[in-house]
Amino acid sequence: MNKQSPITASPLHVSIPHDSASKQVAGRAEYVDDLVEPEGTLHAYLGLATRAHAEIASMNLDAVRSAPGVIGVLTAVDIPAENDVSTVHKHDEPVFASTHVVTWGQPLFAVISANREAARRAAKLVKIEYRDLPHVTDVDAAIAAGGKLVTEPLKLERGDVDAGLAASPRRVKGRVRIGGQEHFYLESQAALAVPGEDDEVTIHASTQHPTEIQVMVAQVLGIPHAAVTVNMRRMGGGFGGKETQGNLFAVVAAVAAKKFNKAVKIRPDRDDDFQITGKRHDFAVDYDVGYDDSGKIQAVTATYAARAGYSADLSGPVTDRALFHADNAYWYPAVRVNSLPLFTNTVSNTAFRGFGGPQGIIAAERWIEDIAYALGKDPLEIRKANFYGTDTDNVTPYHQVVEDNVIHRVIDDLEKSSDYQARRAAILAFNQTSRVLKKGIAMVPVKFGISFTATWHNQAGALVHVYRDGSIHLSHGGTEMGQGLHIKVMQVVADAFGVPVDRVQITASNTGKVPNTSATAASSGTDLNGMAALDAANQIKARMAAHAAFIYEVEPKDVQWEFGGIRAGQQFVPFDELATSCWMNRVQLSAAGFYKTPKIHWDRASGRGHPFYYFAYGAAASEVTIDTLTGEYQIDRSDVLEDVGRSLNPAIDIGQVEGGFIQGVGWLTTEELWWDDKGQLRTHAPSTYKIPLASDVPRIFNVRLADWSINKEPAIGRSKAVGEPPLVLGYSVVEALSMAVASVADYRIAPQLDMPATPERVLMAVERMRKEVVKT
Amino acid sequence: MTETRNHLRFILNNEDIVLDSLPATRTLLDFLRLDKRLVGSKEGCAEGDCGACTVLVGRLSGDELVYESVNACICFVGSLDATHVVTVEHLSAANGPLHPVQQAMVDHHGSQCGFCTPGIVMSLYGLWMTDADPTTGAIETALQGNLCRCTGYTPIIKAGKAISAYGAVAADPLVMERQSIKARLLALRDGKRVELGEGRDRLIVPASADDLAEVYAASPTGTLVSGATDVGLWVTKFMRDIGPMIFIGEVPQLHRIEETDGALKLGAGVTYTEATGAIVKRFPQLEELWMRIGGAQVRNMGTIGANIANGSPIGDTPPPLMALGASITLRKGDVRREVKLEDFFIAYGKQDRQPGEFVESVTIPSLPEGEQFACYKISKRKDEDISSLCGAFRLRLEGGAVASVTIAFGGMAATPKRAKAVEAALLGKAWTVGTVEAALPAFAEDYQPLTDMRASAEYRLLAAQNLLRRFFLETTGAGERLTREVA
Repeated sequence: MNKQSPITASPLHVSIPHDSASKQVAGRAEYVDDLVEPEGTLHAYLGLATRAHAEIASMNLDAVRSAPGVIGVLTAVDIPAENDVSTVHKHDEPVFASTHVVTWGQPLFAVISANREAARRAAKLVKIEYRDLPHVTDVDAAIAAGGKLVTEPLKLERGDVDAGLAASPRRVKGRVRIGGQEHFYLESQAALAVPGEDDEVTIHASTQHPTEIQVMVAQVLGIPHAAVTVNMRRMGGGFGGKETQGNLFAVVAAVAAKKFNKAVKIRPDRDDDFQITGKRHDFAVDYDVGYDDSGKIQAVTATYAARAGYSADLSGPVTDRALFHADNAYWYPAVRVNSLPLFTNTVSNTAFRGFGGPQGIIAAERWIEDIAYALGKDPLEIRKANFYGTDTDNVTPYHQVVEDNVIHRVIDDLEKSSDYQARRAAILAFNQTSRVLKKGIAMVPVKFGISFTATWHNQAGALVHVYRDGSIHLSHGGTEMGQGLHIKVMQVVADAFGVPVDRVQITASNTGKVPNTSATAASSGTDLNGMAALDAANQIKARMAAHAAFIYEVEPKDVQWEFGGIRAGQQFVPFDELATSCWMNRVQLSAAGFYKTPKIHWDRASGRGHPFYYFAYGAAASEVTIDTLTGEYQIDRSDVLEDVGRSLNPAIDIGQVEGGFIQGVGWLTTEELWWDDKGQLRTHAPSTYKIPLASDVPRIFNVRLADWSINKEPAIGRSKAVGEPPLVLGYSVVEALSMAVASVADYRIAPQLDMPATPERVLMAVERMRKEVVKT
Repeated sequence: MTETRNHLRFILNNEDIVLDSLPATRTLLDFLRLDKRLVGSKEGCAEGDCGACTVLVGRLSGDELVYESVNACICFVGSLDATHVVTVEHLSAANGPLHPVQQAMVDHHGSQCGFCTPGIVMSLYGLWMTDADPTTGAIETALQGNLCRCTGYTPIIKAGKAISAYGAVAADPLVMERQSIKARLLALRDGKRVELGEGRDRLIVPASADDLAEVYAASPTGTLVSGATDVGLWVTKFMRDIGPMIFIGEVPQLHRIEETDGALKLGAGVTYTEATGAIVKRFPQLEELWMRIGGAQVRNMGTIGANIANGSPIGDTPPPLMALGASITLRKGDVRREVKLEDFFIAYGKQDRQPGEFVESVTIPSLPEGEQFACYKISKRKDEDISSLCGAFRLRLEGGAVASVTIAFGGMAATPKRAKAVEAALLGKAWTVGTVEAALPAFAEDYQPLTDMRASAEYRLLAAQNLLRRFFLETTGAGERLTREVA
């Protein structure tokens, strides 16, 4: 139920709470595990491999099968059709491995029991003999072992890089390591499969991609897509981790449901979720950059090696997107960048907010920082010297012209509002006298390309019904994971019909209502689904307006939509009356809307195209204090300015910026994935994997939207995407830490902090600086 | 002979719960979600680290009815006799107005995906009942045990500050009904031992410390459970069968805090939260550490006695208590003995505790006049994180020379351990930079730390040495520490 107060003006471009907020605070919003279970629901639990790489010599399930409460066990032989859930159809992701284990935690079987605890306990009773094989868990080991790739790498090239490097008066070479990140959606993966007649099965899943679940269930069961219906009301967080990683769970539930003809639910324990599902890709970026004495970059070449894990999953597009952001906001006269999506015996890394883009951007910011230290300048000066021009110097490494560059204004605005220069001067003074504590400040920009780089994903559908009482039913192809997509699309539809938002009823995403959807990902949810819903609304509006013209006997041009209804000549007809009248006169009040993003194209083979509809911009300035005895630190202040075009809902957008920034800070500071020498991930729960807490938020945190910005492209309401770009800005904290570290050696050396910049990494960097001081 | 009753009784929201059978390892969260279908409380981690399952538990503490936030996921139902459990469902009726905490969260956009939200609402609610106008710092402390992955917390903190604008604490139902709930809980406290089930599902709630001594001596293979902040995980993560379970969290005698001039004596069942006042008053140097033990929920549940008895090498209380020269009282039947805390830890997983013997109390001598004391905890994340290392230092100077020094660390060895080589290197020397620097290599004699997911061996050793440097700077007036002031 929506509790918004009545609105008498357009509900677009205003702050309205999340549509589920009232239910969520009351504990009445339902997630998959909260649904009332059909009678006799069974529970599945996965049995996992305890080797990183091995052959399975034997697997004895007798004790599992005879454990209390066990109904049955599923292994690879129980898969009716394809034993594979590879999202890119490379046949490298078996539902259950049977002969060969390639990652610790790989599913081998599922126990089906009357209750979850019995299934979970029984799964531990398996006896497996392994023949161990050598494993590789990180980028270096993967390269040393021959550099096997999980998918085809990408190269982007423009200009004569070798000549550019050779002609550069100065060079910087280096390597930056950027860690991975666990999504840590608060709601773990979950699915409930309910068998139907014949082939049919209905899946309730916590997924960003209902169509993907549908396709995978159909593939594994060997049934048509049309036999599978996926229903998704909300997720308790997604962040990319439920784009493909829910496939396994939904498929296991579906196979069990059809086999036992009972509803089957599956929900892994948090530790198992960590050990089974993919994460953000770790990268090691090797770079060689030529520049001149003023700090202007002449040529760039870099290789982006990524820990892809044991299968391709989305590692191809993720590493592609890293290259698409190798420029961030900077003009490179010549550039050549290559990706290396490396096979490792670890979970198969996947989508995560930013999708490789942040890693690409961070590498660019790292060589900017190196150049600044080499020249003894503020990195911000080097940034300004290298920003894309507006009319010249504006071609990206993938040959798209940047047509909407506002980074200069974003930086100018934030530099003033954050009082950057005065604070930097004060910090330099502070560091001269402070013995143990040192401070740093840094301002970093972001330019983020908006659109799926796989052009065909840039489509969306919506279904809108107007009922006789004037209430409106809305379904669209996007999914709600907390980001506020539903309230924004509701606002679009309410605005289109001129009714208050509470006249619009949003329903669960359902493949039976809107087919062939794209993942809610790439920050594109509102852009795509908002436009599709608007298309549906406009179709209905056209029919309603034509009906009004007819029934009130006025020219079509004399029919005007107003808030609350329609004006036909002198007559004002409230919306609900008009709806009733339309129904009485047999006017169709339902429409399916559709949208495809214009202008975009991309040719991967040639590395050329116009993959992004537009760019979103932003910047952040962060100030930190470090303790040079322990490496501990705190964020004293962060100022963030984000370009979201004309915001559809400023409160929701601010929430995305604040939340994305903090998630980025967590990724780059305290969130450390740590594998032991056996190849087991040992940070697999909140006790060992540390995401930010309330007390980690900057002591002063100023977040603003660039209220002067408007999308140059006719995107929905002239807004811009907001989900991913702010995450990158967490890097401002790392560079500020780096400055504080550099102060120990009087800023003569770039500290080259790797990420996550844990207290340990900060202290060890301080030690390196101290040793340099001793040397000189 | 203590009388026995064969059912467990508590109040859940408005409902009187009477259970005459119950799996000993049943957690409150599973009881709520599976048995009562109260699904507002969520399972985010099942180890007491995310707070999505936070509920309030009201207990009689002396004459007071105190509501504290608790992680339902690692709280055993068996520990709840004569308590009032309040879940998010109790705050507002299905079609009624939202509670002030809830409305503040809605209006300040404090909920995005909503999964952590019920737990956050309950933590904020618990805070607001005791502090109607909390500071940012107080809210951050109340939320130390609540993870949110969406919002970045800023709107939640704003909501936490605004609650009183939506209603008065005095008008809150739990506050208004306090007397009647108290009366109901008093009626449930009949001084009887509770005993349910057989074999591994046997569950015992002793009525008193004497009763516990009798029960445990008779069933020495039983598992003693106080706050369950660690034992809870034995069940939820390792699925261990640990029955019979003996729940000692409500044994009144174990909650005693005795303060004399010479010492502070804490019953083994005193929670971190209960001890805060006495600890901080006597040892203000421990305040920062104390407020960084677990999150608020863990401090409300966990006990000092169990933190010691558990024997973990990374427990937060042993290093400072060892440095302060604390001792513990062990009891078996009617036989008691005193053990110096530093002698209690024998090896990894092995303590000087006999079958049937339990920690009854901890005695912490006062810090003698003129002695200096400090304790430092280092962890990857500031709050609610297990120590990478934790060091405590106590020093007495005479004429500028080190007359006595005690140094103890957690996270550096298989047990909490004194740094005796470092102490020896300092003893009798002038308290100078030179002495400190010369003593640093001795750390490697005392400790050969591990590399694990929390920190490398190199970092642990270096940071431990630097903590001695810090202690020197602080005792010589040149200390600089990160402060956590909030604008």
